[in-house]
Amino acid sequence: MTASMAVADTPVEPSAAQRRGGKRRRWLPFSPWHLLLAPLALGFALPLLWLLLTSVMSDAEINRFPPALWPDGIDLGGYRYVLGNAMFPRWFANSFIVSSVAVASNLLLGALGGYAFARMRFAGSRLLLGLMLATMIIPFQLTMIPTFLVMKELGLIDTLGALIVPALVTPFAVFLFRQFFLSLPREMEEAAWIDGCSRLRVLVSIIMPLARPALATVAVLTFLATWNDLTWPLIAINHDTQYTLQLGLTTFQGQHHTRWSAVMAGNVLTVLPVLAAFLFAQKTFIQSLTSSGLKG
Amino acid sequence: MSTVPRAVTLEARTAPPDKNRPDDLDAPDGSGRPARPSGPTRRRIRRESATAWAFVGPSVLIILGLAIVPVVWSLLLSFRADDLVTPGRWVGLDNYRALAEDPNFHTAVGNTLLYAALFVPLSLVGGLALALALNRRIRLIGFYRTLIFIPFVVSATAQGVLFSFILDPEFGAANSLLHKLGISRQGFLSDPDQALYLLVGISLWSGIGFCVVVYLAALQDVPPELVESARLDGAGRWRVLRHITLPTLTPVSVFLVLWQLIQALQVFDLIYVTTKGGPLGSTTVIVYFVWEQAFRTFTAGYGAAAAYVLALALLIAGAALQVQRRYRARTEGAVR
Repeated sequence: MTASMAVADTPVEPSAAQRRGGKRRRWLPFSPWHLLLAPLALGFALPLLWLLLTSVMSDAEINRFPPALWPDGIDLGGYRYVLGNAMFPRWFANSFIVSSVAVASNLLLGALGGYAFARMRFAGSRLLLGLMLATMIIPFQLTMIPTFLVMKELGLIDTLGALIVPALVTPFAVFLFRQFFLSLPREMEEAAWIDGCSRLRVLVSIIMPLARPALATVAVLTFLATWNDLTWPLIAINHDTQYTLQLGLTTFQGQHHTRWSAVMAGNVLTVLPVLAAFLFAQKTFIQSLTSSGLKG
Repeated sequence: MSTVPRAVTLEARTAPPDKNRPDDLDAPDGSGRPARPSGPTRRRIRRESATAWAFVGPSVLIILGLAIVPVVWSLLLSFRADDLVTPGRWVGLDNYRALAEDPNFHTAVGNTLLYAALFVPLSLVGGLALALALNRRIRLIGFYRTLIFIPFVVSATAQGVLFSFILDPEFGAANSLLHKLGISRQGFLSDPDQALYLLVGISLWSGIGFCVVVYLAALQDVPPELVESARLDGAGRWRVLRHITLPTLTPVSVFLVLWQLIQALQVFDLIYVTTKGGPLGSTTVIVYFVWEQAFRTFTAGYGAAAAYVLALALLIAGAALQVQRRYRARTEGAVR
């Protein structure tokens, strides 16, 4: 609940009742907006609530007609099945590996590249930056077939490497770091410079401690993109030991059409990490999305 | 000034450019090339250049390698008949010609356009309405905002699995609810007349949250003194909205139109998980068509040609976005 209040602390205009200084008689003990917003918000949450409920129902409850809308008791059969018999733990680990390597590498390479583009002089830097930015508008489906062929040439198809390599660094990460570094005052580095610190040293010990907002944004967006992706794993992976959670979930659903409790339990496990990360760092999420959105 | 005051990246825009640009962009002679320095400085610059290349090298290699190579390769593929396994052969423009006559491709384009024509305006109007409703200081408002935004972080796969269960014609909660209301069973995603609309609905459920947070952020920039003085002049709520709030939001709205349009034209995951393009091709969209051609029926050249057609459409949208950015930058500069 405390985390969920984070979005609220942006300044908002005073409510109508406050503005009119209580001229209007209050016909409710609370703002009438609750009558609109509460059902709306509940409506948005309902499918996810339903997901949670069915994951703890027994298959008998789910498969009866009309199906139960509320579980009689908590039945963890679906979770037991998913965690015991199926490949879910493996897929979870695969997703975790791909996402964490992608996040770490985007932070590292993005910061290095962004710093060089922001502060260092080298031939062709402007052209390179322009080219990198231009690649952001190339739609994925244009590159997906040849990227598959490139990964095949590299012998990475059907390994996690095929998922990791294209996600190692995005032009967005480089650009975001560059913009952030440009906004920092130069003077701080110059002192270290004069003392003979190397560029790397300056970056690591002076710049990076200040770059937490940029690091958070890149980490959040990279995690969200890699964890939730289905298209690329679907193309690059064939064998079920290399599946990510998203790919595993959809295949699992196809194979276990009658075991809805297990499918829903798997679904909860797929959504949970993102949801937990979101509730934990809600403010960072929202800021990352609005800033990325508005800056693109 | 900026639409999101707290945003990291936007701060960069206000940084004094002369002080913070890379050194080599500031040639004293204005030639765009760094001034030619002498002796030890030059050595230092060379070393500096090597360090810079070491810093950007990996990123440049990966980003350009996995962008430029595929773009060219894709173009070449689109002129070939290729199954990705055996060596292909050159067929010139045949793939494009075949696309022009392929009823399945026409259906895919039609479905994509219909999807976009519904998703984009509805997500914007809905997002704005919700943002306006959520833009007030009442108890639980943070909780409401969170609930409305949460579906956005749920993956399309999870959404698809969840909704194919809810909308399952036999066991789904939706039919069970309709049954209680005395409405007859629906086919939902297995009904060619309903499937695409339902997919738009699911995408709206998750996609509207993005519009809401962007609009909410932008609403904080509506100048309060303007609203206040309009109020004092006797303007009603509706007129304030029409003449002050909406004009302030225009740049954000233009951005959102293009952003959501790009999302809509690229929809794939949700469709793969729920309907696999069916029933009867009623939900086959362009990306699904490309994927099917390349990785299911092994006519990769044909798929690449279809991808190029879509890319062209997206490029136009992207160019429009750039033009809008420039325009916005110019008007913002003028205001200041």
